[in-house]
Amino acid sequence: MIQPSLAHVLQPKWRTALQRLRQERAEGGAGKVVLLTVAGLAFWAGVFGVLYFILRYFRGVEELGPLLAGKLLGLALLSFVSILILSNVITALSSFFLAKDLDLLVSAPVDWLRLYLAKLLETAVHSSWMVALMAVPLLTAYGVIYHGGWFFAPYAILVMVPLLVLPAVTGSALTLVLVNIFPARRTRDLLSIIALGAGAGVILLFRIIRPEQLARPEGFRNLLEFIAVLRTPTSPFLPSEWATRAIMSVLHGPFDFLPLLLLWSTAAGFVTLGAVLHWRLYPTGFTKAQEGAERFIRGGFWRSSLGFVLKPLSVAKREFVLKDIRLFFRDTTQWSQLILLGVLVVVYVFNIKVLPLHRGEQVGFYSVTLVSFLNLGLAGFVLTSIAARFIFPAVSLEGRQMWLLRSSPLDLRALLWSKYWVGTVPLLVLALILTGVTNVLLEASTFMMVLSLATIAALTLAIGALALGFGTLYPQFETENAAQIPTSFGGLVFMMTTIALLAAVIVGLSQVVYPYVRAFYEGHPVVVTPWMIACAVAVALLCAVATVIPLRVARRKMEQFEF
Amino acid sequence: MIQLDGLTKHYGSFVAVDHISLKVEKGLLYGCLGPNGAGKTTTLRMIAGILRPTDGRVLLDGDDVHQTPLVAKQKLGFIPDRPFVYDKLTGAEFLRFVAGLYGQEGDVVERRITELLDVFELSSWKDELVESYSHGMRQKLIISSALIHRPAVIVVDEPMVGLDPKAARLLKDIFRQFVERGGTVLMSTHTLEVAEAMCDRVAIIQHGKIVAEGTVDDLRKQHQTDASLEELFLKLTGGAHVKELAEVLGAPR
Repeated sequence: MIQPSLAHVLQPKWRTALQRLRQERAEGGAGKVVLLTVAGLAFWAGVFGVLYFILRYFRGVEELGPLLAGKLLGLALLSFVSILILSNVITALSSFFLAKDLDLLVSAPVDWLRLYLAKLLETAVHSSWMVALMAVPLLTAYGVIYHGGWFFAPYAILVMVPLLVLPAVTGSALTLVLVNIFPARRTRDLLSIIALGAGAGVILLFRIIRPEQLARPEGFRNLLEFIAVLRTPTSPFLPSEWATRAIMSVLHGPFDFLPLLLLWSTAAGFVTLGAVLHWRLYPTGFTKAQEGAERFIRGGFWRSSLGFVLKPLSVAKREFVLKDIRLFFRDTTQWSQLILLGVLVVVYVFNIKVLPLHRGEQVGFYSVTLVSFLNLGLAGFVLTSIAARFIFPAVSLEGRQMWLLRSSPLDLRALLWSKYWVGTVPLLVLALILTGVTNVLLEASTFMMVLSLATIAALTLAIGALALGFGTLYPQFETENAAQIPTSFGGLVFMMTTIALLAAVIVGLSQVVYPYVRAFYEGHPVVVTPWMIACAVAVALLCAVATVIPLRVARRKMEQFEF
Repeated sequence: MIQLDGLTKHYGSFVAVDHISLKVEKGLLYGCLGPNGAGKTTTLRMIAGILRPTDGRVLLDGDDVHQTPLVAKQKLGFIPDRPFVYDKLTGAEFLRFVAGLYGQEGDVVERRITELLDVFELSSWKDELVESYSHGMRQKLIISSALIHRPAVIVVDEPMVGLDPKAARLLKDIFRQFVERGGTVLMSTHTLEVAEAMCDRVAIIQHGKIVAEGTVDDLRKQHQTDASLEELFLKLTGGAHVKELAEVLGAPR
């Protein structure tokens, strides 16, 4: 019997992607393309720039330089592979077991191998595009510094392709085995927790190992020991190590064909083994995936615990807030990200703690105030990322239920009010704790403590409003996965606007903090000038405007939504 | 009472609904019929306040849905054709949430939830997450949610889709009793037997316009025929020119 080609099976996917591109271009016009291109190029240039300077420095170090460069590449590629395995495991669950097109494909006379290859490719593309884009400036920097020439570009692609295929096969196989043990919907919950727990573990481990010590050879007993550490591969069986050797051997010599051969032959072997596993386990796994997980929920924990606090609110607002909280904590893909968030906060506080600041009295005060001040910007950035993940998608996630909200007498202000405070209150608590704790660790002055807390509170209110505003202006009603929503164009615009706001606030406040620090440093009393007051008022006004306007715009936009 | 005055909806240059005017009196069960893409769902979604009309207005018991939405929507219960609900809420929580949207709470709501879930045989699923409900069960839950606040007007898009025969019969009885007690129902359907058996009056919509309106008997008289509603529908909407089926289907391989 004639089988459809692999390209034919994949046709709806690439046609949809093309059509979406066309629509995006038609809706956003040239501005959107230009903005995306500029942001993408700026990001690439940033990564390239940092790596260029590091590698140029390494190149100048006799003997050790190439070893250090190789170690850095090895670490980067190992991180890529770890991220890819986690991301492939989660993506494979959707593409192999929960996707909407599976009923059609499985009921059609498409043979198992084509189905496997099509879904594997889909999984690999969805999971790897970000890592692949990230690899471009990384490998370009290596190519430029070590004079790889034009030949290096296709060679790097030849190295990277099997490195992307291997985690895709591994991730898909892991998911296949898990789905055969648990129902797919329960597996999704399990995977979200495992993956994020593992991710969080990797970050913590990375932080505890403190790889920056490699750049400080004085920490080792002698040079030989240091070189020995650098020469030892992380593990000779890891594909990331083969890829590193393949790249460094062509850039720095002597050329070694074995790593490339190992990469390609292992990738081919893995695809074959993966296909065999798919052939044996997929039919039972797919059947199991159709079973719903039994989920009885009894009792009213949130109603009894939060009901009292929410009592003063109108019934509609109260029910809306309770509903939002319930949905958040029942969706494993949502709350499990709190694990990662917790780890990031710990790492953040840990980094502040280990800063070597308190060495000299006056220098200490200057540095402490500076770090405490800059900490505001950094904390603001952390809060922006959290808002992008949790508040930005809030309106988009109502998309499929909008028929109910729009046909009921619910005031849109109540809806926005609920979304805003449900997202912003926890963010505000986190912001105040983060800033307070870091300032205590830094032993910052009372002035800096008060200024930081007031600023971060105002900033958080603005960040919450901006996230909700941009989330409403650029809704993604068709996306089922909340995690994908912040990576949209609207998410990018939100991040850029918020970073601009952070920069403006920092610059404005520096006019208040600088005279204070200088007066202290020079031993003069602090004189509050009209300019300092004007700057502080301007910052407060800016935050107020950034809070009120996005919420108004969001309300107006919501009134125009059509479904 | 539902009143539509010159209701129009454009999507770019495409006219989905073209100056529809209609009055559905209190105590009537009114059916909207029409081929796919005729503009029925767009009309119903404008009545429910989900879509904004390009022109014209919708009045529910005299209140404009788009000028005074909060007042008008208090009287409305809307049942969409696609049962999208919050997957991570239980059936009872969903109904409590909807009641809250209409400002209702307390023992009355709890009693109503129990009654409605009983009627639709969902009591044993009350504390189970909606994600484990079948299509038909979700549809029943949405119908319950449209009735939870005791609306005066029910607007329903394809009410029988996904329902088993028992639930379909139950829904017919509910609608019948609802209009007998003074309520108003406006529904769109493709099931002409349902329309013929249930509706007091029908409107046939095509290309966004009402091409015929009245009781089924009125329509027969207007077109001087004794034919069934199905044949009348096909005649009015141009569907009588069906190709030879055998030619289309071909022989099984």
